[in-house]
Amino acid sequence: MTCWNCGADRPARFCDACKALQPPVREYFAFFELEPKLVLDDKDLQTRFYALSRKLHPDLFSRKSPTENEYALEASSVLNDAYRTLRDPIARQLYVLKLEGFDIGEQSTKDVPPELLEEVFELNMALEEARMGDADALAQLPGFRARFEAMRAETDLAIAAVSAAWDATHEKQHLNDLRGHLNRRKYITNLIDKTNVPDRV
Amino acid sequence: MFQIEFDNQPDLVVGIDLGTTNSLVAWMNLTKPEVIQGEDGDKLVPSIVSLTEAGELIVGNAARQELIDHPERSIYSVKRLMGRGVEDVREELKLFPFRIAEGSESVIRVALGDNTFTPPEISSFILRQLKKNAEAALNAQVTKAVITVPAYFNDAQRQATRDAGRLAGLEVLRLVNEPTAAALAYGLDKRKEGIVAVYDLGGGTFDISILKLQDGIFEVLATNGDTHLGGDDIDNRLMHIALEDIQSEWGESIAHSGEAIQTLRQDVIRAKEALSFAPVVNLDFAWNGKTYQRTITRELFDSLIQDIVDRTLGPCRDCMKDAGVTPEQIDEVVLVGGSTRIPLVRSAVEVLFRARPHTELNPDEVVALGAAVQAGILAGTVENQLLLDVTPLSLGIEMYGGVVSKIIHRNSTIPASASETFTTGVDRQTNVLIHVVQGERELAKDNRSLARFDLKGIDPMPAGFARIEVRFLIDANGILSVTARDARTGKEQTVEVKPSYGLTDEQVEAMIEASIDNAEADYQAAQLSGIRIEADGIMAATEKAMRHPAWLTLTDEERAHVTAAMNRLKLVYCVNDHHAIHAQVDTLNQATHKLAENMMNTAVLGALKGTSVDN
Repeated sequence: MTCWNCGADRPARFCDACKALQPPVREYFAFFELEPKLVLDDKDLQTRFYALSRKLHPDLFSRKSPTENEYALEASSVLNDAYRTLRDPIARQLYVLKLEGFDIGEQSTKDVPPELLEEVFELNMALEEARMGDADALAQLPGFRARFEAMRAETDLAIAAVSAAWDATHEKQHLNDLRGHLNRRKYITNLIDKTNVPDRV
Repeated sequence: MFQIEFDNQPDLVVGIDLGTTNSLVAWMNLTKPEVIQGEDGDKLVPSIVSLTEAGELIVGNAARQELIDHPERSIYSVKRLMGRGVEDVREELKLFPFRIAEGSESVIRVALGDNTFTPPEISSFILRQLKKNAEAALNAQVTKAVITVPAYFNDAQRQATRDAGRLAGLEVLRLVNEPTAAALAYGLDKRKEGIVAVYDLGGGTFDISILKLQDGIFEVLATNGDTHLGGDDIDNRLMHIALEDIQSEWGESIAHSGEAIQTLRQDVIRAKEALSFAPVVNLDFAWNGKTYQRTITRELFDSLIQDIVDRTLGPCRDCMKDAGVTPEQIDEVVLVGGSTRIPLVRSAVEVLFRARPHTELNPDEVVALGAAVQAGILAGTVENQLLLDVTPLSLGIEMYGGVVSKIIHRNSTIPASASETFTTGVDRQTNVLIHVVQGERELAKDNRSLARFDLKGIDPMPAGFARIEVRFLIDANGILSVTARDARTGKEQTVEVKPSYGLTDEQVEAMIEASIDNAEADYQAAQLSGIRIEADGIMAATEKAMRHPAWLTLTDEERAHVTAAMNRLKLVYCVNDHHAIHAQVDTLNQATHKLAENMMNTAVLGALKGTSVDN
């Protein structure tokens, strides 16, 4: 790689020789000059985001050449996309899975995790009855919600554990586990949404 | 080798608030933003455009009277039509006297007398006036501007605003969201840190934005709003009552008379504005020798507009939710827009945010001041201040079955981008059509259609083999661009854009061409009128001199010379060629040189003799 402007060897974000802005790295962790990690320090990420915004925002390039303007637009869009992804734990975990070659395409929400089958069946019954105007069934909904929220909290603990494990070892097995936990979490979140008081038919 | 520095001198960039009711232009005067006055001494330029009988375009206060006298040749609140289709404005047409020309389809054309114009053209006339005001006040050419738009404006409305700038001969360096601009002016003024909510109720639009201010970074956390809610709606409530009263009192409707409606509207606006300071006001209206009067109490007014004010509260709550803040976490509330002077609006804001809103900045000027600050940032005169804004609406693509797949979510910091890979559905298919929409609804038909992008020239191959990677990029103006490449070959793919609303680039270019032609015609007309005035002057002076005693001091030859020059000037006087007239004015000037000299001498002689020879 050479600088597009002066031809100097291996330019960084800005060329050392001529200070021209270079085309951005598109990988999010590399963009922030971070190692890929599942657990990040929010405050540190925010500090980096603001510092990079002050260097890369298109506002700062309006009097520079059209090429640099173009790169500033590119770089800030990658910066913003990267920050949005990395600061949200779930989006970050999915990003790491994708980065490590896992297929995280549309996961079917119809595949009920087996251990949840019974609960789901009961919830659907209660929802049906509540919709028909059954006051008892309606009264059960907060109970369901509390149980599912407890399950989600448990899953979050499991996610935290495998995340720390992968950060320490980078062993693929931890990512496999992570994917399982994330699927389960998504499923439970859908159930929690369902426990909101349904519209009467 | 050295990098080329394009320009190290700070540019003159003005900030423009292109409002529904009023427009303003401001600039950075050293370190302080300042609103520039018009020739009439007024900082607010009413967003009214009128085409006089003589074909002259007039804007602002000058057009105000025209709006009453000749409503068919005037237009106001054109911002409501920016970036919209005829279908969108059908409701609006019931309340606004817009005369939509026949044949308006994806682009509305409004009739002004016998001419028709698109909303960006009409807005460009307002921008031209602001440009002129700035040039006169700063004594410098103005070619670059930052223009503000409601935060909740969609892509088409933003593009229309940018087109208006181009049509006015302005390079639009940035479109800035109005509440964000207000926060910039406010934050710079007060050097505040913390969470700030900006409540902006203008003439025709409502925005709410929540920002985090920290170390000179103005980060918008979330924004929400309604692009069709504002002071105009409040006026319409009062209009409705007055029209009903008049109908029953006078036994006749005045609704058919544009002139009467405009007079009444101005009276209603006066009453509304007075109600912000007095508990009771009189609405007085006189027309064709008849009068109508009614007292309006603030209680009545409040009850009339309660639901309009309530309509602003939903977006405020949604905005706080999206920003992840509670009312207690909001440190300051800043009010923007003339409608925030209404006491009911102030109290509603105070109750919702549990904070007394800031009112020390003039709500009419704060957006323009903020635009000037952003102009200063771009010009390099304001340092260490940075605006991080968001896109107000989610961007999605239409999938099979008309369902939307969101690719960039609302309140994402801009610039923002997303990449999607598309393929073909049929063997040997060579193009793919992508329908892009903006909005939060599930189905494409319920959202705002932005454009259809046609990926062309795909190599023919079996269905599902092509891999076209499409990159959607929303820039710092909140405007979308789309690029595509073949993921297998890396080759750039042609993307043809068919905007759903608004003008294509070619149409804007054609309009700019036409306006340059017009500008040339305007210039010619001005030159002609200038030189004719000069010709009138010299001909009158020469005729007078011919009756002067000095005329007789000339030789016959000299006198014939003057008469001939005079006749030649009279001959070319009516020709529409200012160069020809100029040449004859010069000839006559030279021919009368000796005569003028002799007149001076006889005058001097006369003075020495103690008598005047001058009649």
